[in-house]
Amino acid sequence: MSDDAPILDASGLHLRFGAVPALDGVALRVWPGEVVAILGESGSGKTSLLRVLSGALAPDAGGVLYRDASGAVLPVLGMGEAALRRLVRTEWGFVHQNPRDGLRLGVSAGGNVGERLMAVGARHYGGIRAAAAEWLRRVEIDPARMDDLPRDFSGGMQQRLQIARTLVTEPRLVFMDEPTGGLDVSVQARLLDLIRALVADLGLAVLLVTHDIAVARLLAHRLVVMRRGRVVEHGLTDRVLDDPQHEYTQLLVSSVLAA
Amino acid sequence: MAYVAVKGGERAIGNAHAWLDEARRGDPALPALSVRQIEEQLSLAVDRVMAEGACYDRPLAALAIKQARGDLIEAAFLLRAYRTTLPRFGASTPLDTGAMRVRRRVSATYKDLPGGQVLGPTFDYTHRLLDFALAAEEDAPPPQPVPEAPADGAAAPRVTGLLAQEGLMAAEPASDAEPGDLTREPLEIPADRPLRLQALARGDEGFLLGLGYSTQRGYGNAHPFVGELRMGEVAMEIAPPELGFPVEIGDIVVTECQMVNQFAGSRHEPPQFTRGYGLVFGQGERKAMAMALVDRALRARELGEEAGAPAQDEEFVLYHCDNVEATGFVEHLKLPHYVDFQSELEKLRAIRAAADTRQEAAE
Amino acid sequence: MSAAAPDAAAGGTLAGYNFAYLDEDTKRMIRRALLKAVAVPGHQVPFGSREMPLPYGWGTGGIQVTASVIGPDDTLKVIDQGADDTTNAVSIRRFFARVAGVRTTERASEATIIQTRHRIPETKLREGQILVYQVPMPEPLFRLEPRVAETRRLHALADYGLMHVKLYEDIARQGEVTISYNYPVMVNGRYLMSPSPIPAFDNPKMDRMPALQLFGAGREKRIYAVPPYTSVRSLDFEDHPFKPPRPAAACALCGSRDSYLDEVVTDDRGGRRFLCSDTDHCAGRRAER
Repeated sequence: MSDDAPILDASGLHLRFGAVPALDGVALRVWPGEVVAILGESGSGKTSLLRVLSGALAPDAGGVLYRDASGAVLPVLGMGEAALRRLVRTEWGFVHQNPRDGLRLGVSAGGNVGERLMAVGARHYGGIRAAAAEWLRRVEIDPARMDDLPRDFSGGMQQRLQIARTLVTEPRLVFMDEPTGGLDVSVQARLLDLIRALVADLGLAVLLVTHDIAVARLLAHRLVVMRRGRVVEHGLTDRVLDDPQHEYTQLLVSSVLAA
Repeated sequence: MAYVAVKGGERAIGNAHAWLDEARRGDPALPALSVRQIEEQLSLAVDRVMAEGACYDRPLAALAIKQARGDLIEAAFLLRAYRTTLPRFGASTPLDTGAMRVRRRVSATYKDLPGGQVLGPTFDYTHRLLDFALAAEEDAPPPQPVPEAPADGAAAPRVTGLLAQEGLMAAEPASDAEPGDLTREPLEIPADRPLRLQALARGDEGFLLGLGYSTQRGYGNAHPFVGELRMGEVAMEIAPPELGFPVEIGDIVVTECQMVNQFAGSRHEPPQFTRGYGLVFGQGERKAMAMALVDRALRARELGEEAGAPAQDEEFVLYHCDNVEATGFVEHLKLPHYVDFQSELEKLRAIRAAADTRQEAAE
Repeated sequence: MSAAAPDAAAGGTLAGYNFAYLDEDTKRMIRRALLKAVAVPGHQVPFGSREMPLPYGWGTGGIQVTASVIGPDDTLKVIDQGADDTTNAVSIRRFFARVAGVRTTERASEATIIQTRHRIPETKLREGQILVYQVPMPEPLFRLEPRVAETRRLHALADYGLMHVKLYEDIARQGEVTISYNYPVMVNGRYLMSPSPIPAFDNPKMDRMPALQLFGAGREKRIYAVPPYTSVRSLDFEDHPFKPPRPAAACALCGSRDSYLDEVVTDDRGGRRFLCSDTDHCAGRRAER
């Protein structure tokens, strides 16, 4: 949070699917240690934006720059598959909306968490296991379940396992796609608290996509509101939600039922 | 030393081969099958062996069938192994199936069309009743010769051509690029369409039949129509560089199937018909049609369609459609594997012993 | 690697076929693949495998490699399951006798080329010898990821997480790694390689072997190699190191306690004997007594 330079810097992003503009001149910056939420309804372009920023989708125009741990600035869309994979394994994390997309269901919980450690060279079985146990504890999964298959976990537990698996290598930037989508409200609340605590503890930068204002308010420092491929409003979360300037944001905020 | 390791592998092989020869000949009181008889009277078997052996030579295929005792995959293997030893002069010019001397030609998409529907020698409308007259040992009187309709290639334009005139048929990209050669280079995924078609053309009829069938039943988004199925002779030409022009070196019989499929369109293309293509040596309709269905299924990704069905999985289809490879690996399981099995036995015993020890210690 | 003899006239080879069956262009193509393989130890090189007179699965890859490196002055040994007289070893040895007319032997110490299926000879191999392995599935990750397109990428990125996770899972579930043959190895510290379905017992022989090790997979169309004196390490964890299994007994014929043994069932009441799988090694020991 103290750095001057952004950790992620995207500008001039354009993307069309046929006649439909998914991204229409989008620019975005994320600073180290801050949580930025991209808020929008389905069709707003928020998922396309996340995919472009994480190098999974090439835009028609525009660029994305990432500043790595050594301070080097790398073009996300031009760095090549090897470099991108290395980044994804070490400095980045990705939390999928559906935990089944981010886990190996046929591998034990411990194996899921340990995999990233092994991928970066960990070769001590006891050490890997200890680290996995520690992380399971941190996401409030009983370490005694370390050898169980996530197939048998509840949705909330699978999501927490996915988070443990993602954070075990202490990434600097984590992309989250509707991390609480599809979960019961009470489970959501618990998960959001957990994410908030972990993010603060680790000083992570997070780029979070959501349609849920409550999630944005709870987790994000800054908010970017999208509609039909454009950023219609952005700023500090509380300011945007308490004093929305753009009529679309006003509509979003006012249509949330009072808790 | 009571136990002597089993020797005599050499003798065993010799004896086995002698017995094989006996079995192949069968009852010596019966006349031996001639290669010519096989070529003439089991011609569809010969066609299949040529197709999967990837070598057009009817007498050789018939010989292979005789040597293989009727096992058509074994026969295809024999032909392939022989083919490898043949010198290669070059490639023919592309076959002009449009100029085919048609023996059989049907279309399901039109009731009638220029060139007509020519049934040809087909089982399609026979009643499947075993004909015991064929079992008679003496020669039955030869069947009455059927007057042949005049074969006229020019008067049988392609159905897909008719659709293309209306702009409704997706055009195939024209290219003079040299296609890859699966007999020289290993298959690499992703494979372009020429390479896929090459693999399918020699692929196992049964495997492709099953896959094609699956696409009709919903595993893959096909809505196929037989635009055209034609079988007959096509001229084979080569263009030697010394001459600078093509010369005809003979003709071969092929079966060609063009399937016409619906296409919903994508973010770049308007809706139109798309093609599935099948081509096979000899008369092999089932194979040509199955090939066309699978060809279309494998185009799913390049046409921007969802591609989750087995017939749409390029690597799965292309790596498993060669029956000579498949039978080799499946049948190789008969070879001794006792060294590895011994390792598995001992590993299992060790793990069980360790588990038992842990159990006892816990109690 | 000797040059090929000109034609069928040389030393009793099969009329109408080139020396060692393959034509010179094919041998050249295979040798180019072998050179690439030797230059990048453990890396799988695709090659235009030819249809051979033996079926895929019967050793066409090994045969093509041997045919490409063998010369009239070579001495060939062929073993399967460690023995010279298993049916397929006999068949392959006969094939080369017919198409190359080379001298053949059962003694590993006398051979210049040894083609093998599923074993490494117990006899320590020397510089100048070539060991040709028959390989069914060249991809060490194939049971974890069958798609060749994907495993090719994993090798390029040295991304072997799948295999490490598998070893971890084995230890978590069974207390030890359960792979007993075709145990994956790291070659020259860079490429994960399948040693072919040799028992894990044989893996240590590969490490810094003075002989050249060549691997041929005909059906899958891949060649790979381990040059002499290259590091070959079986995958493990620091606190669960790879331990080759100890033989269960002594050989009933020669008394050896440190060679790989075949278990032979002698009756249906649980009677069994253990005999050296490597028949040459066993015969040699018996001759010395």
